Amino acid sequence: MLDWRWDFAFEVLPRLLLATLNTLMAAGLGYGIALVVGLVFALAQRTRYRLVTAIARESVEFIRSTPLVLQIFFVFYVFPQFGIRLSPWTAGMIAIGLHYASYLSEVYRGGLESVPRGQWEACTALNLGTARTYFRIIVPQALPPALPGMGNYLVGIFKDTPMLSVIGVAELMHTANAIGSESYRFLETYTMVGLLFLLISLPAAAGLRAFEAWVRRAFGLSR
Amino acid sequence: MSYWEFLGEYGIRFVSGAIVTAEQTVPASALAIGIPVVFGLMRLSRSFVIRSAAIAYIEFFRGTSLLVQLYWIFFVLPLFGLTLEKFAAGFIAVGMNLGAYGAEVVRGAIRSVPHGQTEAAIALNLSPATRMRRIILPQALLIMLPPWGNLLIELLKGTALVSLISVADLMFAARQVNGSTFLSAQAFGTALIVYYVMARLVVTPAMRATERVMASRLGRT
Repeated sequence: MLDWRWDFAFEVLPRLLLATLNTLMAAGLGYGIALVVGLVFALAQRTRYRLVTAIARESVEFIRSTPLVLQIFFVFYVFPQFGIRLSPWTAGMIAIGLHYASYLSEVYRGGLESVPRGQWEACTALNLGTARTYFRIIVPQALPPALPGMGNYLVGIFKDTPMLSVIGVAELMHTANAIGSESYRFLETYTMVGLLFLLISLPAAAGLRAFEAWVRRAFGLSR
Repeated sequence: MSYWEFLGEYGIRFVSGAIVTAEQTVPASALAIGIPVVFGLMRLSRSFVIRSAAIAYIEFFRGTSLLVQLYWIFFVLPLFGLTLEKFAAGFIAVGMNLGAYGAEVVRGAIRSVPHGQTEAAIALNLSPATRMRRIILPQALLIMLPPWGNLLIELLKGTALVSLISVADLMFAARQVNGSTFLSAQAFGTALIVYYVMARLVVTPAMRATERVMASRLGRT
């Protein structure tokens, strides 16, 4: 029956906390990749070239509709088949970064589409260049509606990092599995992993809500 | 070995894996549809206790990872005297996880039904239960169906994780074939394509059809 051992819990806590740092780093790196590649996916869907648009569109759909864990395996095992060896970290970051890039490109697209057509027309009428149109007029208006989605996916990528454990990235879940198989004590280990996730993701979600509210005020969009 | 020979030899494993994935998806979807209706309504309850219970459930399952929940249900619950067979543990974890996301969809949809509908129902002297069942929920259902389509695709993708507790689903088949042939691109690529086909050619059209049926039953066509 249930026997929670505090001494064991405290014994493995430092290892779990250290692994949490790796989890946070994985989430941060993956999100960084996703932010940039997502933008490429989103802009590629807005070009004049039908073929580029179609390829970008289908890629995003494909990546979005297939499981991340399978994509992680795919990247990790397929590249070596063609002679490119990837470390678990590299493969993991590519897979999770691409997966979330496809989500973020949809968020960007929604944000860009929420800017009224008249704004684009006004930019043309004022003879603004592409860069100024985007950076001074469009992005400041597209960003606030995109922020909630971007925030959700930041928390989302954090919660998906345990999948990286399947290829041996030493993040929280991987460490927990290692502790579990050394000691056969799953109760304390997995419970603490769950609590660590809660302790980070709930305040992070609340913080992001506050940040969105601040941005909306700063851009003069509400109240 | 050409890809066609590969499919000829190992295709049957992918087919049986895909069947298990479907067998996981169906009960998980049933859970992920039933739970949100109950918890979404509890979330809107006037009673503090009921509302808190719903919030606790929703925040707990949305705040941790599906994989952590799956392992917890499979490895830790038996220590509480509740042993689940791996197949059941798989779809229960996936269903309960997606159910928490669904509960928020249900809540949002119910709240976005115009308030005049509630007032009209009260003016017509409908009981609260009838009001919810006959007036509010049908209209909310129409609003929540599109986000449900996305959630069901998330759910289908989520079932890939049950392979990690050795349920022999599509993902599991791909790993086995990869392990015995070392043809990673073929093994994982085939599984990716099958998942894509299931999501785009089964789940999405089914949801579109449901949306059309619901819209016409509510006279909104």
